[in-house]
Amino acid sequence: MAYSEKIIDHYSNPRNVGTLDKSKENVGTGLVGAPECGDVMRLQIEVDPETQKITDAKFKTFGCGSAIASSSVATEWLKGKSIDEAMTISNMDIVEELSLPPVKIHCSVLAEDAIRAAINDYRVKNGLEAIPEPELSKVH
Amino acid sequence: MVRLPIYLDNNATTRMDPRVLDTMLPYFTENFGNAASRSHPFGWKAEEAVDYAREQIAKLINADEREIIFTSGATESDNLALKGVADMYVRKGDHIVTVVTEHKAVLDTARQLEKLGKKVTFLSVGVDGLIDLNELENVITDKTVLVSVMFANNEIGVIQPIKEIAKIAHAKGALFFTDATQAVGKIPVDVEDYGIDLMAFSAHKMYGPKGVGALYVRRKNPRVKVTAQMDGGGHERGMRSGTLNVPSIVGFGKACELCSNELLDDAVRTSRLRDKLETELTKIEESYVNGHKQHRLPHVSNISFKYVEGEGLMMGIKDIAVSSGSACTSASLEPSYVLKALGLDDELAHSSLRFGLSRFTTEEEIDFAVESVTRAVNQLRDMSPLWEMFKEGVDLSKIEWAHH
Repeated sequence: MAYSEKIIDHYSNPRNVGTLDKSKENVGTGLVGAPECGDVMRLQIEVDPETQKITDAKFKTFGCGSAIASSSVATEWLKGKSIDEAMTISNMDIVEELSLPPVKIHCSVLAEDAIRAAINDYRVKNGLEAIPEPELSKVH
Repeated sequence: MVRLPIYLDNNATTRMDPRVLDTMLPYFTENFGNAASRSHPFGWKAEEAVDYAREQIAKLINADEREIIFTSGATESDNLALKGVADMYVRKGDHIVTVVTEHKAVLDTARQLEKLGKKVTFLSVGVDGLIDLNELENVITDKTVLVSVMFANNEIGVIQPIKEIAKIAHAKGALFFTDATQAVGKIPVDVEDYGIDLMAFSAHKMYGPKGVGALYVRRKNPRVKVTAQMDGGGHERGMRSGTLNVPSIVGFGKACELCSNELLDDAVRTSRLRDKLETELTKIEESYVNGHKQHRLPHVSNISFKYVEGEGLMMGIKDIAVSSGSACTSASLEPSYVLKALGLDDELAHSSLRFGLSRFTTEEEIDFAVESVTRAVNQLRDMSPLWEMFKEGVDLSKIEWAHH
C-alpha cells in the first residue's frame, strides 16, 4: 500500500512528540487503544485556565505510520483552539487531511477518541462535566 | 554503495536465478509444443524437456521421477494431498492430523474437509514452534489416514522433527504428508531418508519461476495414490489434469539442479549472514528471536522489537523489504497466528519482523539492514508511549486498555 505524501511527512517529521506533566491541574491526558490491537495513542493538552484555550499539545503513539501521522496532525490542530472548539474535530477531518485509505480509518477514529479523552480528563480534573462519547466513535 | 531497495523477504518469494531464465526462454518460442502431443516433434521436444526437468527435481529430493506430479504451486499441491488422500482412503478412515502453525493452504483445506464431515485434529506447538511427539502419538487413531506436518515454517523457519513424525505416523498406519515449500532447495530434503509419503513444494521459493510446483507422491513402500481434484485429460498419471506448463517446468528443473549443486554453499553463506544480522539486532534492548534457534532454516530470522509496532517499523525502513507479523500487513486484522501459537502475546506479535535471506544477499545489505532497523527502532521508541511506560517501570499488563 502506498502512503500519501502527508502521511510520510508526518511520520518522518512528527510534530509535537513528547510528554506533558500529567500531574498538573491544567494538563489533560488521553490514553486510547490497546497494545494487543497494535495501536496505542497518548495525547496530552495543556490548557490556559483563564481562556480555556489549548496552549500546548503533545503525543506519543505506538502504531503504524497512519496512526503516528493521525496523532501528529491532531496535536497541530489542537494548539490554539478552545477546549470546546477542539471537541468538534472529527476523525473524518483527519481522514481527509491525510488521505487515509479505508483500512486506516480506524487510526483517525483513535485520534478523535484521544482528543476527547484528553479534553474530558482536563474537564474532570477542573470540576467540569465530562462530555459523553458520541455513539459513532465506537464503531471500530 | 549498496543498491536499494534491499530484498529480505525471501520466504515470500525469491528472485529468479538468471540461469533459470536462460534455460526457460526457448520453451516460450521455438520449443512451444504441448508435452502431451505424441504425434509430432514439437510435442516430443516438450515432453523430453519435461522428462528431464522431472529427473532434475526428483534428484534434489532423492525421489524417482515418476513420483513427481506437477501442479500450479504449493497451494494446489497442499489441496491435492489433503483432499486427494481423504478421498482415496475414505474406506480406511476419516481422520487427519495437522498443526496450528501450518500454512493457510493446509489449514483452510483441512477446515474445508471438516465441513465435509472429516475429523481433523490440530496439534499445538511449544514456545519454540515444535510439536510434541507424544501428543502426536496419542491423537493418531486407527481411523487416521494422514498426518500433515510442515517441514519448515514460513514465518519463523522452525524445522519440525520430520523423521520422527514419519515414523510415528507409519507405526500407526497413517500416511505422512509434509508441506516442504520453505525447506526444499534450502536444506537437504531426502524423501527416502525421512520417510515422506507425500510432499508439496514450489519453484518460486527456490529461485525458479512462479506458477509451478510439485506434489511428490510415493510409488512404493507404500504405493500412495491421491484422487484427482480436477477432471480432464488425465495428465500426471491421472492425478492432475491440465496441459503442462512446459517453460516453467523447465525452469523448475533448472532451479532444482542449481540447488542440488549449490544448496550447501548457499546454506553456509546465508546462515553466517543471518547470524550476523541476528547478533547485531538482538543487541537492541528488549528484542527477542521467535522460534527455536537451532532447529531452524539457515536463512530466516524472526525478531520482535518490543514496544514498537511492526508496520510502523517497516515504514521506517522503507528501503528494506521484509514482512511483519503485525495485523496491518495482512488481509486479516489479526496478528500472526503462527506467533500467537507460540504463546507470544498479541503485542509481541505486532512487534515482529521476518527477515529472509537468499543466495543473492550480500554482506553490505546486511550491514545496511542492521543500521537502519536499529535507527528506526530507536526513533519509534522515542515516540512510543509503551516504551516510556516500560522505562518508568509501569506494568503494562496491569493497565485496563480500551479494546476496540
